[in-house]
Amino acid sequence: MMGAVFSSLFSRIRGGVHPETRKFLSAGCAIEPMPLPALLRVPLQQHIGAPAEPLVARDDHVLKGQLIARARGAISANLHAPTSGRVIAVGHFPAPHPSGLPVPTITIRPDGEDAWGPRMARLRPEDAGPEEIAQRVAEAGIVGMGGATFPASVKLNLRDRYRLHTLIVNAAECEPYLTCDDRLMRERAEELADGAGIMARALGVDRIVVAIEANKPEAAAAMRRHNLGLGRPIQVKVVPTQYPMGSEKHLVRAVTGRETPARALTAELGVVVHNAATAYAVHQAVRYGEPLISRVVTVSGRGVGRPANVQALIGTPVADLLEHCGGLAAEPDRLLLGGPMMGQPIENRRVPIVKGTNGILALTRAETRKPEVMPCIRCGTCVQACPCGLTPFELNARIQADDLDGAVRVGLLDCVSCGCCSYICPSNIPLVQGFSFARGRLAEKESRKHQQEETKRLAAARTAREEAIAEAKRAAMARHKAMMAEKKRRAAEEAAQAADEAAPEPREAAK
Amino acid sequence: MITAAASMSALGLGLGLLLGAAARKFHVETPPVVDEMESVLPGTNCGQCGYPGCRGAAEAIAEGSAPVTLCPPGGRDVALQLAEIVGVSCSGGPEISGIAETEPQVAFIFEDHCTGCTKCFKRCPTDAIVGAAKQIHTVIWDACTGCDACVQVCPTEAIVLRTRPRTLQSWYWEKPDAQRFASAGHA
Repeated sequence: MMGAVFSSLFSRIRGGVHPETRKFLSAGCAIEPMPLPALLRVPLQQHIGAPAEPLVARDDHVLKGQLIARARGAISANLHAPTSGRVIAVGHFPAPHPSGLPVPTITIRPDGEDAWGPRMARLRPEDAGPEEIAQRVAEAGIVGMGGATFPASVKLNLRDRYRLHTLIVNAAECEPYLTCDDRLMRERAEELADGAGIMARALGVDRIVVAIEANKPEAAAAMRRHNLGLGRPIQVKVVPTQYPMGSEKHLVRAVTGRETPARALTAELGVVVHNAATAYAVHQAVRYGEPLISRVVTVSGRGVGRPANVQALIGTPVADLLEHCGGLAAEPDRLLLGGPMMGQPIENRRVPIVKGTNGILALTRAETRKPEVMPCIRCGTCVQACPCGLTPFELNARIQADDLDGAVRVGLLDCVSCGCCSYICPSNIPLVQGFSFARGRLAEKESRKHQQEETKRLAAARTAREEAIAEAKRAAMARHKAMMAEKKRRAAEEAAQAADEAAPEPREAAK
Repeated sequence: MITAAASMSALGLGLGLLLGAAARKFHVETPPVVDEMESVLPGTNCGQCGYPGCRGAAEAIAEGSAPVTLCPPGGRDVALQLAEIVGVSCSGGPEISGIAETEPQVAFIFEDHCTGCTKCFKRCPTDAIVGAAKQIHTVIWDACTGCDACVQVCPTEAIVLRTRPRTLQSWYWEKPDAQRFASAGHA
């Protein structure tokens, strides 16, 4: 007990906040399957990197688990049909994103058979090499399922470039409301442990740590019962309940006590972090050859009739999930994809869930707050709360004055957008929202600059080409002229010769 | 005494020659500010500013006969950079804030009206139009600067300028309103 208290004292992260977790709404609900929805919409980009390339066309019949879009480029992910049915459109549909902009999407009408196509061959991870495992994870289209959606196979291939020693399975689940990883550990600990072991083999590491926040004792107990993954011991590390514990770099700090350098990968410390749900997906892909076509989603908030943890197919519309969970009890003030701290508000309920969607929250007016924004009183609370050691009030002042370069100088790019500053601000200043804006603006500036350079290159290339063409024309003209002159000369010579030959005769005749 | 005088005069002569050579070698025809401005301008010589090409525009700005906001395809960023080079104060100036509103534009071809005359395709300074004779032309938006050159030559008026469509990659949150507390205070 003393040891636990001691270690939790030292595994705290800097700053952070303690929002009401409100996990009790859905923590007691077992993962339930969901009936097939009427339509499934699979966006071609559900991951960081290049969008996938569709392999099916309208009216094609697809089988469950069939590859419907192939990864394009090094950082991308495969997409598979979540169930059997007919492709009714390969077109555009609003994205599950606050902008609601249309994105390329494959729409499938399920035929109700749920018939599996040929699965990938099973792999015995005990015998398979690290490359083979990473290859299989890539084929299965697995991405980081905590929300970052970075292709998991790319992260498993880090062994070539860094000396790795530890795999941390991120099961902190620090966002309030969300309980999908909690339930996954309670109900599928064995599979999860196996998945963690497989990933450790792919990474070539022997140490596996499952980091769980202290508010999930049942999950920690379940993981302790299954403390071997592919013969490697799994250590369960209970970390303090503190937001944002689940941030990759902060979790590494809490578990190993070492801080990741700014804008570097945790792999530089020899540590790789994968989400718990990703570990489960890896288990499914390697042991059973099943691609990533479904995930556990927490549907919660006071606005939901019956909060639940649902095993939902990728592409299920949000409206169908809400309907399955008893519909909306009250008109929600805000509908979020993800947790309340970092989740994204959506307007359109017909948008689908994607690989990175861990929660759907319908928050009522009582659960949100209408920010009555007041001036900054320079209390410094945001500085104390910032887990990255930044000065949010200063960043905000610079951004409000359109001094983006100044904001970058005081650490805009080191912000992880956790939202602690906005949460804690007594004046309700939308701090993190301003940082998101500034980062977007900065990216736009960069791209404009890039475009300007490209324009210059294109214009120069065109000028060069036109000059070359003009030069070629001149040369052709000169050649032509020379040829004409030569012809004329020859004609004149011939005429002279003919005249010479013809001339003597008359002379003779004259004689 | 003689050594000192000789060494001093040798030194003077040497340095003098060096200076003379440097003056010849690093001779500048135009004010460097013109070159600097030309490097900032898009370099497409589209002529929308009314000057003969980007160099002409740079010279006009250097003379003071043209405002820094003369380049429509360059937009606000180019205007700000030019203002920085020539030292014009532009914070909150009416011209600058005027062009701050303009979104980047790209050309759009109505395919029904395109006759495949290749006029626009030949005129485009960045080769952003793809097409061939008697074929419908199209615009590569990534390469288009919205310079208006193609719009003017199109015989069927099939080309218009539109704001560049937003994508998920280019979308970002709006700037939170700092003045909101003032109105909240009044309410």
